Amino acid sequence: MDILNQLAETFFDWEAMGEVIPKMFAVGLPNTIVLAVVSGIIGTALGMLLALMGISRNAAARWVARIYTDILRGLPPVLTILVIGFGFGPIIRELTGSTSPYPMAIAALSLMSGAYIGEIFRSGIQSVDKGQLEATRALGFSYGSSMRLVVVPQGIRRVLPALVNQFIALIKESSLVFMLGLLATEREIFQIGKDAAANSGNLSPYVAAAIFYLALTIPLTHFVNFIDARMRAGRPEKKEPDEAAAVVGKGAQA
Amino acid sequence: MSEFASGTLTAKNIHLSFGSNHVLRGIDLHVEKGTTASVIGPSGSGKSTLLRVMNRLIEPDQGDILLDGRSVLKDNPDELRRRIGMVFQQFNLFPHKTVAENISLALRKLRGMSKEQARDEALAQLDLVGLKHKADSRPANLSGGQQQRVAIARALAMKPEVMFFDEATSALDPELVKGVLALMTDLAQGGMTMVVVTHEMGFSRNVSDIVTFMDAGVVVESGPPEQLFTNPQTERLQGFLSDVL
Repeated sequence: MDILNQLAETFFDWEAMGEVIPKMFAVGLPNTIVLAVVSGIIGTALGMLLALMGISRNAAARWVARIYTDILRGLPPVLTILVIGFGFGPIIRELTGSTSPYPMAIAALSLMSGAYIGEIFRSGIQSVDKGQLEATRALGFSYGSSMRLVVVPQGIRRVLPALVNQFIALIKESSLVFMLGLLATEREIFQIGKDAAANSGNLSPYVAAAIFYLALTIPLTHFVNFIDARMRAGRPEKKEPDEAAAVVGKGAQA
Repeated sequence: MSEFASGTLTAKNIHLSFGSNHVLRGIDLHVEKGTTASVIGPSGSGKSTLLRVMNRLIEPDQGDILLDGRSVLKDNPDELRRRIGMVFQQFNLFPHKTVAENISLALRKLRGMSKEQARDEALAQLDLVGLKHKADSRPANLSGGQQQRVAIARALAMKPEVMFFDEATSALDPELVKGVLALMTDLAQGGMTMVVVTHEMGFSRNVSDIVTFMDAGVVVESGPPEQLFTNPQTERLQGFLSDVL
């Protein structure tokens, strides 16, 4: 029973949790959401650019996208965040006078997620049947308009589940920005838990942080499953037999 | 009197290679205004590729394409394709748009119509193919025959001078083929200039004014249908007809 008590005290010290939870609501949660949403938006825009470069007919553009994606996907996130945060931070400080590493954290998360989202978009766009491009061009649309109006929208649609998964990963990876030493008001869920754990010598604040993360990620996971199933089954609409053609067909058979 | 502003289409000595694969080896085809030419031949003979070269979805290596006697190879290929409608074996409707939007997209973006104008025109075209009541459905909820009729309406909405049909009935269930063929026959009789790549020998024989038999990238035989079907001159055409009839 000693062990059980010890575990309960280490992980489920209600008092320690109660102390940290208001701060997580007031500071940690908004910061985590801002980090994930802003870098998610920038990463999506960057990813779309990379995807279009990746399928471009211009070889140089394809190479730039390829090299960028290979590097950013190949590095551990912790390394990317440190290098960008500490490497480019001083330059930004000199240019803007801002000492906050917050923009650098967003930049690092955006650059990383852009590489993954670019691959997601590229695979989606390339999975669209080539007859779609052909039919659009046959109507008289240019290559660019055909891609923009017909091919790319279909490609994006079918990778929405993968895109939401990437956003879930981004929420989790946003915890790594603690390494940049954020100001007290800029701290996200994980760092608030970490600070409280360090002060109290108790792990319960981490458990509180875990609950916050799960409250964000589990609904998103189920949202992915929902849109995935919806896209597989399609909108429920009844398919009718081809009345007009059937009349001609059957009647003219004899 | 023709219902359509049809044109005369001529292809002269068309050559095309994909790498070392010489797909088209000097094709000549002349389709007089308001007439229907059908192109028959075994799979891989280059029939579908020829259509794509004639509307410059694929640029020929050599040869010339004339519309109403004027070479179009120097023109903007996008503008040429607005003058030539094309219908595909797999329909290629846009699955993320409604039936009406499939037709109105090009009218709005390429013909500069307003949203309302384009929708009215789309509904009028749908009415002609008997599918006005499906205007707000998605293509996936239509039968193959209905989808192909929408695809024909989409091409006709651009008021093309020539229509290409690339095995337009090959992907359809047998009972749906006749509805689409009936529509194609109406167009031919209405005076549309048509080039029809087909495996439907009945259509080729009864509706077309001229039949061209292609094999291995060359025109083996060409002439009026009764001549080709009743009195084939070459062994290759005789062999082909005995296989398919």
